[in-house]
Amino acid sequence: MNAESLAQMSNVAIYSSMLTLAMAMVAFAASFASGKRRPAALVATDTSMSAGGTAVLTKSESKPVEEPGRRAANIAISLTWLAFALLLAGVVLRGIWAERAPWGNMYEFSITAALGTLGVYLILNMRMDLRWLGLFVVIPVLLTLGMAVTVLYTEAAQLVPALKSYWLVIHVLAAIICAGAFTVAGATAGLSLMRDRAERIAAPGTVPLGWLSSRVPDAERLRTITNRILAFAFPLWTFAVVAGAIWAENAWGRYWGWDPKETWAFITWVVYAAYLHARSTAGWRKNKASWIAVAGWVVFLINYFGVNFLASSLHSYAGVA
Amino acid sequence: MTSLPPMSNAGLLRWAWRQLTSMKTALILLFLLALASVPGSLLPQRGIDPIKVRLFLTENPTWGPILDRSGFFDVYSSPWFSAVYLLLFVSLVGCVLPRVGVHFRAMRSAPPAAPRMLQRFSGTRTLQATAPTAEVLDTAEEALRSARWRVVRGPVEGATWLSAEKGYLRETGNLIFHLSLLVVIVSIAFGGLFGWKGNVIVREGSGFSNTLTQYDAWGGGRFVNAAEMPPFSFTLDKFTADFERGTVERGSPRAFEAEVSYRTEPSAPLQRTLIEVNEPLVINGAKVFLVGHGYAPIITVTDRTGAVVFDDAVPFLPQDGNSTSTGVVKIPDSNPQLGIRGLFLPTVKLDQVLGPISIFPAPDDPALFMSAWEGDLGLESGTPQSVYRLVTEEMTQIGLEQLRPGQTWTLPKGAGTVSFAGYERWASFQIAADPGKEIALFSAAAAILGLTMSLFIRRRRVWVKVVERDGVTVVQLTGIMRTSTFEDQDIGALAEDLDLVEQALVADGQALHPAPSEEES
Repeated sequence: MNAESLAQMSNVAIYSSMLTLAMAMVAFAASFASGKRRPAALVATDTSMSAGGTAVLTKSESKPVEEPGRRAANIAISLTWLAFALLLAGVVLRGIWAERAPWGNMYEFSITAALGTLGVYLILNMRMDLRWLGLFVVIPVLLTLGMAVTVLYTEAAQLVPALKSYWLVIHVLAAIICAGAFTVAGATAGLSLMRDRAERIAAPGTVPLGWLSSRVPDAERLRTITNRILAFAFPLWTFAVVAGAIWAENAWGRYWGWDPKETWAFITWVVYAAYLHARSTAGWRKNKASWIAVAGWVVFLINYFGVNFLASSLHSYAGVA
Repeated sequence: MTSLPPMSNAGLLRWAWRQLTSMKTALILLFLLALASVPGSLLPQRGIDPIKVRLFLTENPTWGPILDRSGFFDVYSSPWFSAVYLLLFVSLVGCVLPRVGVHFRAMRSAPPAAPRMLQRFSGTRTLQATAPTAEVLDTAEEALRSARWRVVRGPVEGATWLSAEKGYLRETGNLIFHLSLLVVIVSIAFGGLFGWKGNVIVREGSGFSNTLTQYDAWGGGRFVNAAEMPPFSFTLDKFTADFERGTVERGSPRAFEAEVSYRTEPSAPLQRTLIEVNEPLVINGAKVFLVGHGYAPIITVTDRTGAVVFDDAVPFLPQDGNSTSTGVVKIPDSNPQLGIRGLFLPTVKLDQVLGPISIFPAPDDPALFMSAWEGDLGLESGTPQSVYRLVTEEMTQIGLEQLRPGQTWTLPKGAGTVSFAGYERWASFQIAADPGKEIALFSAAAAILGLTMSLFIRRRRVWVKVVERDGVTVVQLTGIMRTSTFEDQDIGALAEDLDLVEQALVADGQALHPAPSEEES
């Protein structure tokens, strides 16, 4: 197979993935819009789970009632899986075309980060029901992909010498998985803030109103999910930074040099460290912690996009003219 | 928020220490640390690019000096940045060290006694006992101990309960993480005091030996004796650079290779090796990194009398990705003194707007553009001059010329000739020794391990109690999660712990499962 057709196949796969994701987005939105609040049956299951050791028993007993929007959500999840598979094909084909790990420029980082975000979301969705979150994951992923194919697109080329190292695979892979986890956690933290506000406004004992707030789990559950994702992402991010330092020592002769990318990676690390501390500080573990999780995601985005385009950094591999 | 400080000095100190080591203070200091790091990524930094700092200062005559005085061009060594991280680490020490003691004692002491009323805990299980209390507790203890729980029984005479705890490594991991961060900082400081780093440009065919005078730039820590640097030497035999020739990312570097022959010490045998980006040469604790490359045009100058006053390859410094390079030649021995400013373009193109530019970094079509100057080079003024800059205040320009390799320029008014024979390549090396980096790496790895332990290990307690209820002997089982990251998953894990005891008891026939009406209380 020649390079040209590989390139075309990679691009076709990525465009198909975007199309599929757009359909998934519509399905997620339809599921959201189909009017019903979060059904009582599901809430009941959740509370019984947190009640104690009998969770395993009650779980199989209560069968959630069919709710409006459930089918749309299931279709959306299937479409997201399809989009994930297409995107994976696109990234892999890109790597075969370039004859290297497909992580040499911003276009390639972006499509892989989109893949990582979808992957983190889908894996989490297998462990706990996160269909309600789909819309808030698919939208940023679509935006990232849209930006990748329009602004960031570059033809595949060989790597600059500094990138020719097996650390590329280790360091970038860890960072990309973190990108996915930070994005999903940013979404759940943002939703928890909205939902928390709605809960405070709502009359005691009633389901909060509001188009959005009535359709997501209660704020405490959203905070737990955020915490769970970030407890996984923080050690991985630490590892990504340390792996980057080892690589930098080998390529540039120093393991830490306050290059803008390194600085912002450090800031990201500090903000998420603050999040974990806030979670175990009285008076901080609810909304303040959620705000910090949102801030962490913003800082991560600044590191990802801002540093590559605005600052002169050793990490400027944007590949865009 | 907090109570007012007491008036006595000791009380005030204690109050200040408590404030500093509180979690809230740690949080605020973390935010300050994040905030204080930002300006260093937005403003040019002396440690990274001193030339940009100078440029910024000339472009911003009002704000520049104010920012400079406040340390904004040396953010990461500025007093305010240091203050934030030192306070953070004092706070960390103050928080973590007492916890080390507490944890050490907790690890050596028995789990606390079981509470009086287990049925008050949610998820308590009740079984009907069919064996004597001691046997029930024996079985439960054995099941727990074989799953590496720490178990204690009480009361001392005729025990009726056991209390078990597991997951002490969570706190161990937490302490390892924080203490490792301290070690990372200490090893960075250690590397700063005992490490050194220098840069040198070496032309093809030339050599370098590791002494201070050979470096173009060198910096060492306070406790470094430059005379004791490892006495290695090397010669750059050949330097090759490959650039992208396709249409995509045209001109991007693809491979840099420096073939060198080196001796680890003057009497050692000559060895050959290849230094590449990502493949430094390690000699006696020092690392030789390939960090840059460029061209050195070979320039010969004769004066009015026809005598050769200069004949050498002059390293020019690359200014952009296409190796547009600038350099100067200073000839103090001619009369009057002569200076040449040069622009070396490896692949020349005459652009209508930009003038002569290089369009590709490889020497496909090299050209040397020069301006010649006559007068006083200013070398006697006492101010040190850069070898890459010509000070033309006391000089007049006598001509401009463009040369191809092999061409000679006859200067106007019989001032002499300038020949451009060709070019050599040079490579620049960074040579560094950082004795702290292994400790830093080791402690960073320990930090990640500790962090993972502190987030994923669950610390929990299980209690088993044999009581008389309504004339029946029952076994009560319950547990609590002492620290929780994963709330609902934690509850599932606790249920599994209780399953472990329950199944052991039922399998041994010491309890009946369950006493239905008592399932939930």
